[in-house]
Amino acid sequence: MEVNTKKELLVSKIRNGTVIDHIPAGRALAVLKVLNITGAEGLRVAIVLNVESKRIGKKDIVKIEDKEVNENEANIITLIAPTATINIIRDYEVVEKKQLKVPTLVKGVLKCPNPHCITNNDIEAIPIFKTIKAKPLVMRCEYCEIEINENDVLKQILGSPQAKPV
Amino acid sequence: MKNIISSYDFTRDEIIQIFELATKFIREPRNETLKGKTIALAFFEPSTRTYLSFNKAIINLGGNVVGFSGSEGTSVAKGENLADTVRMLDNYSEAIVIRHKFDGAAKFASEVTDKPVINAGDGKHEHPTQALIDLFTVYKNFGTIDGLTFGILGDLKYARTVNSLLRMLTRFKPKGVYLISPPQLRARNEILEELNYPYRVTSDIIDVIEDIDVLYVTRIQKERFLDELEYEKIKESYIVNLDLVKKMKENSIILHPLPRVNEIERKVDKTKQAKYFEQASYGVPVRMGLLSKIMGE
Repeated sequence: MEVNTKKELLVSKIRNGTVIDHIPAGRALAVLKVLNITGAEGLRVAIVLNVESKRIGKKDIVKIEDKEVNENEANIITLIAPTATINIIRDYEVVEKKQLKVPTLVKGVLKCPNPHCITNNDIEAIPIFKTIKAKPLVMRCEYCEIEINENDVLKQILGSPQAKPV
Repeated sequence: MKNIISSYDFTRDEIIQIFELATKFIREPRNETLKGKTIALAFFEPSTRTYLSFNKAIINLGGNVVGFSGSEGTSVAKGENLADTVRMLDNYSEAIVIRHKFDGAAKFASEVTDKPVINAGDGKHEHPTQALIDLFTVYKNFGTIDGLTFGILGDLKYARTVNSLLRMLTRFKPKGVYLISPPQLRARNEILEELNYPYRVTSDIIDVIEDIDVLYVTRIQKERFLDELEYEKIKESYIVNLDLVKKMKENSIILHPLPRVNEIERKVDKTKQAKYFEQASYGVPVRMGLLSKIMGE
C-alpha cells in the first residue's frame, strides 16, 4: 500500500473483506454512500482520506471488513471513482482484483432530475439509468429519457457543487 | 400483442400495415375484431379527441370499454398510485390505453401488467398514436412519406407529438425536416441525436416555407412555462396566416395535432393546404388499425 511511507500502515490490514484503493481524494464517503454503508450495519470500516498516490496524486482508501463488494457494486463505484481498484481479501491475502467497467444499467442509485418523470411521482417507480456513452459519461433515464452526464452523477452522489470529473 | 410506448415500437412494415387497415376501416367502419374483448381507457389527464377516438375505435371493432377520463371520481383522487390503478385495470381488460401527465408513465405501467399497454400521451415524452395519425394524413395526401420535406413549427421542446413524429419519421426516408422554433423551444438533443435523416434547426419560417411539403404546426403550451412572462414573450412567435400560405407550394399541406389556439388563423381553414380537420377525422380508423394489428392476431 502506498500509505506505508514510514514502514507502517495508517490502518491495519484486514483479514477478510474489501479494500478499495485509488479513490479520487474526497470521494471515499461517496463510495460508502453508493454501497449503502451507513455504519448502522455493524461492519468495521476504515477510511483514509487525502493520502499521497504516485498514480493519481492524492487518493482516498476504504477498507471494509467482512463484506465482499460484488460485481454490480463495483461497477457502480466507477460512476464516482473511475480510478478505483477493488481488492477482495481473504485471510489477509488479495484473492481477487475486480475489473471495473461502467455499468450498462444503474437501478435505484441515481435520481432522475426531471421533476415530471414518473420515477419522481410514483412510490413504486424506481429510477433506472442506461449508459449511452462511457467516456465522457452519458446516461439516460429509462422512463422519461432525459440525459445526465458525469457532472450530474457526481453532484448527485457527492451532494456537493465542487465535484469535478476525474 | 405488444406494448406501444414509443414510435420506435413500430417497424416501417407495421406502420404501413396499420395504414392499410385504417384505409379499409374508412370504407368499412364496422368489424368484430375485438368481439368479447374489453379495453381499459385510463386517462389520468382529461382528453377529448384521443379518448373519444379510442372509445369509438373499440366500439367499432365490437369491443367493450371500461375506464375513465380525468382522475376525479376515481381512487386516484384518493391518492392511489399509478401501479395500483393499473393492477386493478389489469383484472378488467385485455389491454390498457393510458394517458398520464408524467413522463414515462406508460412505460412504467407496462412493467406492472402483462397486458399490452398503449401510450396515449405521457407528459412531454411521447404520443405515438398521434404520430400514426399525422403520417397517415401525409400518406393519404401524397401516397408516400419518403422524399417529402417536412417543416415542424412551434414548441419542439415540450410537445410530445413532435418527439413521436420525429421518431416515426426514422422509419421512412424524408428528404429533410426543418425544425422551426424560438431558440427557447428547440427540440431536445436526446431526440435529435438519433435521427437518421437530414434536418435543419432554424427560427425563420419565411426562409424555408417555399421548400416545405408538410407544415406541422404545434401550439406553444402555456402550461409548460414556469414563468408566465417568458410565455407572453414567445406565445405568438409564429402565426400561420394567408400571407404565409400563399408562399407555400401548390400541393403542400398544413397539419396540426389540435387543439389550436391562435397559431393558425381561422381564414387559413378554407385554404386547400389546411388538412388538420381531415387529420383529426383519421383518429378513429387509424386507432382501429392499430388495435386490430396488436389485438386481432
